[in-house]
Amino acid sequence: MNSVLSNPQQTSDSDGPHTQAGAPILRITALRKSYGTHEVLRGIDLTVLRGEVVAIIGKSGSGKSTLLRCINGLEVFQEGSLIVDGKHLLYDNAKAMRDLRQGVGMIFQGFNLFPHLSVGRNVMLAPQLVKKRQAGLNEERARQLLARVGLAEKFDAMPDKLSGGQQQRVAIARALAMDPAIMLCDEITSALDPELVGEVLRVVESLADEGMTLLMVTHEMSFARKVADRVIFMHQGLVHEIGPPAEIFGHPQTPELRQFLSSLRD
Amino acid sequence: MPLQLDFWSIVVQWPLLLRGAVWTVGLTTIATLLGGTLGILCAWSRVHGPRPLRWLVGAYVELIRNTPFIVQLFFIFFGLPELGIRLSPAVASILAMTINLGAYATEILRAGIEATPRGQIEAAESLALSKAQVFTHVVLPPALKKVWPALVSQIVIVMLGSAVCGQISTEELSYATNLIQSRNFRAFESYIVGTLLYLGLAILVRSLLAWAGPRFVFGR
Amino acid sequence: MPDFTLWDIFRNLLMAARWTVALSLVAFIGGSVVGLALLVLRLSGGPLVGRLVGAYVQLFQGTPLLMQLFLLYFGMAMLGVNTSAWIAACVALTLYASAYLTEIWRGCVAAIPRGQWEASASLALSFGQQFRHIILPQALRLAVAPTVGFLVQVVKGTALASVIGFVELTKAGGMIANVTYEPMLVYSCVALMYFALCFPISLYARVLERKLQ
Repeated sequence: MNSVLSNPQQTSDSDGPHTQAGAPILRITALRKSYGTHEVLRGIDLTVLRGEVVAIIGKSGSGKSTLLRCINGLEVFQEGSLIVDGKHLLYDNAKAMRDLRQGVGMIFQGFNLFPHLSVGRNVMLAPQLVKKRQAGLNEERARQLLARVGLAEKFDAMPDKLSGGQQQRVAIARALAMDPAIMLCDEITSALDPELVGEVLRVVESLADEGMTLLMVTHEMSFARKVADRVIFMHQGLVHEIGPPAEIFGHPQTPELRQFLSSLRD
Repeated sequence: MPLQLDFWSIVVQWPLLLRGAVWTVGLTTIATLLGGTLGILCAWSRVHGPRPLRWLVGAYVELIRNTPFIVQLFFIFFGLPELGIRLSPAVASILAMTINLGAYATEILRAGIEATPRGQIEAAESLALSKAQVFTHVVLPPALKKVWPALVSQIVIVMLGSAVCGQISTEELSYATNLIQSRNFRAFESYIVGTLLYLGLAILVRSLLAWAGPRFVFGR
Repeated sequence: MPDFTLWDIFRNLLMAARWTVALSLVAFIGGSVVGLALLVLRLSGGPLVGRLVGAYVQLFQGTPLLMQLFLLYFGMAMLGVNTSAWIAACVALTLYASAYLTEIWRGCVAAIPRGQWEASASLALSFGQQFRHIILPQALRLAVAPTVGFLVQVVKGTALASVIGFVELTKAGGMIANVTYEPMLVYSCVALMYFALCFPISLYARVLERKLQ
């Protein structure tokens, strides 16, 4: 399988894909977010390096999805700052917002393919409208990306004719078409039937292997353990514990994490 | 009294009827294009616009939907000249039909727009599409598809309602029918033929729009 | 030329509006009775009856109300019935309303799950009993909002009776506009009165609809 990720600086020619010391690509400082009086994120500090794979775990309601959605501005936060690929997140500047979003891909739990567009058009829409990519080039690249996720033959299919796993792989191709510097994955296998989870995770894993920066909220602990460079445990709106997977899963330091991990084994 | 119907004296006037039918379809086509566009703009304003605009559009929709078309038409044709706006019967008819269809289309489209799943919009936003791009490429096509049957019904209703435009001497189908019956004094037969022609047009326009929607308006 | 004050205009229009209300009520009540009869006919009769009622609905929904009024007015005269604009308008609007109402209600009956018919049939209820005791009460709940909504359409429809010379609100407006030379003001008042009649009904229909959901 050929790599079609076009970011040249992401070639993993250092000691290994997960240990390269890249420059920071995402820097979150003292981020706070609340809905009315309810504070969901209570001061998050986090730096993610280029090429790093970070998994976020935690109970539902711990703020992990909200944090992810703050990074591309789907949620508005009240305090703190957020820089992606050198660009500050500025809500009141539509142009700056779009510039930032071009560098941030997102994959959703519910796929969110556009139902009125064929698979190919789903992938080509944003490059055509936002990047003004030339039509022939755009289609060629879309076909490449669909082949990359194993769906080359589905170019003209409509989304509702695909299985959930296939839809999610199209969503990944659609996000990749914008050449993002970082990819956010929001529980992307939670809406899938168990037998379809594997095909999606394999694609994500191959992205990680090719050096894509990934930030994923996940319930798949074994996948996090296998693929992530760092795991973040969130609890009550804070980064409660952070460390390499072996540490987090093998030697949890806090009672909250221990309790969370043991609750998964039931 | 023996009842004698004479349809022949109507049928020989077919050029007049044809001309009227063409006028009716023509008025409806223009009003559909203009009113549809107006409806899309207003529906967008109603959902995404600033508060005063939302309120204004709401008032427009309610005012039109709660008054008869004939009064709207008379207001435009007889009332506006008082302000120095003198319109020909055809222009006044098109204006009235456009404003009327626009109000109904606003409500119909609004329902479709509001039914867009939140996730669709989020996905488009995170692909860096601008607000206008999200609306025209992601929100509008499925919304149109969803409400197309209702929209088609409304267009047919507006076409049938346009019969009233003959009252300000717009030369559409009902005007032609009136003209014929005033010439040959066969009122009953004239109106039967005219009415059946409307029925035929309604069926024709309905099937045509149902066919055209998926092909030209909102894709598959 | 008599001098009309604003109040004169308003008072004359209000008097005429009574006829709009009267015509609306006659058409709505008459239409309900005929519409219900057609509904029962459609549900109990065979496929041929169903097709005929369907054609009736299609005929009234697919042609202009204005033409229906003309047809009735001139048709009745031709049949030798001594008719007036009032009678013709009442009959035409009643038939018009019946076609719409029977179709609205058919939709409501169709929305009742088949199981309800089957369950009541297996309890040995006759068609009349099934309809009266099982289907109607459930369908009625669904039907209230769209029926009230349709009343607005009837009120607006009565404006067309002006064209065959029946003096209701719109016709009176035209006559007053002709003598006052103030069509803008007069038609604004006319529109306002229709709005005052229709808007509360629209709102009520919306409230009913929301309550149902």
